[in-house]
Amino acid sequence: MDATYSDPQLLSMLSNQMADAVERIGSALVMVNGRQRQAASGIVYAPDLVLTADHVLEREDNLTIQTHDERVLAAQFVGRDPSTDLAVLRVNDLELTPAAAASDPARVGQLILVVGRPSSSGPMASLGIVSAVGGPLRMRRGLLLEQYIRTDAIPYPGFSGGPLIDGRGAVLGILTTGLISGATLAIPTPIAWRIARTLAQQGFIKRGFLGVSSQPVHLPETQRAGRAQEQGLLIIRVEPGSPAEAGGVFIGDILVTLDGQPVTDTDDLQPLLMNERVGKTVPVEVIRGGGLHTLHVTVGQR
Amino acid sequence: MIAEAMLDQRELPAVASARLAQLVDRARPCVVQVRSGWRGAGAGIIWGTDGHILTNYHVIAASQRGAATQVLLADGRTFAAQVVDHNSALDLALLQIAAQDLPVLPIGDSTRLRVGELVFAIGHPWGQTNIVTSGIVSGLGAIALRDARHQTPYIQSDVRLAPGNSGGPLLNVAGEVVGINAMIAGGDLSVAIPIHVALERWNIIRK
Repeated sequence: MDATYSDPQLLSMLSNQMADAVERIGSALVMVNGRQRQAASGIVYAPDLVLTADHVLEREDNLTIQTHDERVLAAQFVGRDPSTDLAVLRVNDLELTPAAAASDPARVGQLILVVGRPSSSGPMASLGIVSAVGGPLRMRRGLLLEQYIRTDAIPYPGFSGGPLIDGRGAVLGILTTGLISGATLAIPTPIAWRIARTLAQQGFIKRGFLGVSSQPVHLPETQRAGRAQEQGLLIIRVEPGSPAEAGGVFIGDILVTLDGQPVTDTDDLQPLLMNERVGKTVPVEVIRGGGLHTLHVTVGQR
Repeated sequence: MIAEAMLDQRELPAVASARLAQLVDRARPCVVQVRSGWRGAGAGIIWGTDGHILTNYHVIAASQRGAATQVLLADGRTFAAQVVDHNSALDLALLQIAAQDLPVLPIGDSTRLRVGELVFAIGHPWGQTNIVTSGIVSGLGAIALRDARHQTPYIQSDVRLAPGNSGGPLLNVAGEVVGINAMIAGGDLSVAIPIHVALERWNIIRK
């Protein structure tokens, strides 16, 4: 057993495999020129599409990318989603193999690399671990990010839009430093890929709203209007002119379901207001004066 | 390749750590402290068994104004040092002390470094001696020298450095010197001078 402990090749193997991982992702890693100062990074996620960070695009035209083989190509703006800090560009004649998505989700403690192409002098990388896998995360405009990866690896200037990769060079997430200052976060690949697909189709992500402020409240057994649900959302504000007001929601109502789905926490609401419910009239059940009332609210978009 | 049967996969962190500790033990006697003037100490690398010491020019810059330079070996001995040669543009200096049979580090091929490979540094950050920090090669590039006519290659790494690491070695996983730690950019990007830059200049002296 002692013989293996002194085997000098083990550390070299680890070292080589990490350099291999950087090399592997390198061909799908591009530099994105979309702002005045520091260029940013992007990842080839489909044969003609590049996924990058939203906040690094200060303009939507005159965008270019630079590939690993030093080709400078014009990039066409396709769509952006400021809420998740993701954007998609289309590049004709890209002819690069898309990056591989990691088969397993990130684990806390896992060794990872963050990689970027902030300049034309080759890829850059830093080493770290997955510090946390968390969510949902509350962000600007009351929006939620359902899941995020946090790392202690250093994101050098220009790394935004680049990938967080595992030891095989597969993508665990897309890096952003734009969502929360001081923290290095990555949008997990399944979410990033899903948003990228939607952006490629329609250019934006539909997010609905009701126009209420609420807080979760416990419902005593005698005030559940005959239902089993122990918690609901107490409406404490109804925005003038909002979908909620139009639908007859009052301050003091306790919201318990939306379109048949139970709502027990403020974090439950936003995921229910995504894509297909936007613009639709949905039944909203509230407890008012001890009784259950069904209102009909047309989900707004902003 | 290693016989797979010999490696218990669950022990990999322990195996890698043991190997790193071994490399550090081997390298430590070859790392010195360099003092010049009042600017605190830097680090240096024993460059020849006959008492040549490699360090950063900025560590011994005070000697150019007459300050005495001292080298402290890992074994506790202290020597007065003469500056044999220096290049302020490359931020390199070669010193000589009156010592013989000193231990030297193996030299790696810094022209073949890869982004992502593991590296570690030994130095004296904030005056604490022989501190080891590790990370990876973050980038490889070239910067223009002060004369603006020439460029010199450099190694970027995420290895944590602080004042006192200057002049100390950046080592690869074979325990070979691949760079001389020179500065910190933007608070968290460490910059080292590839060892081949020093070799091109002072290979003759190295024995």
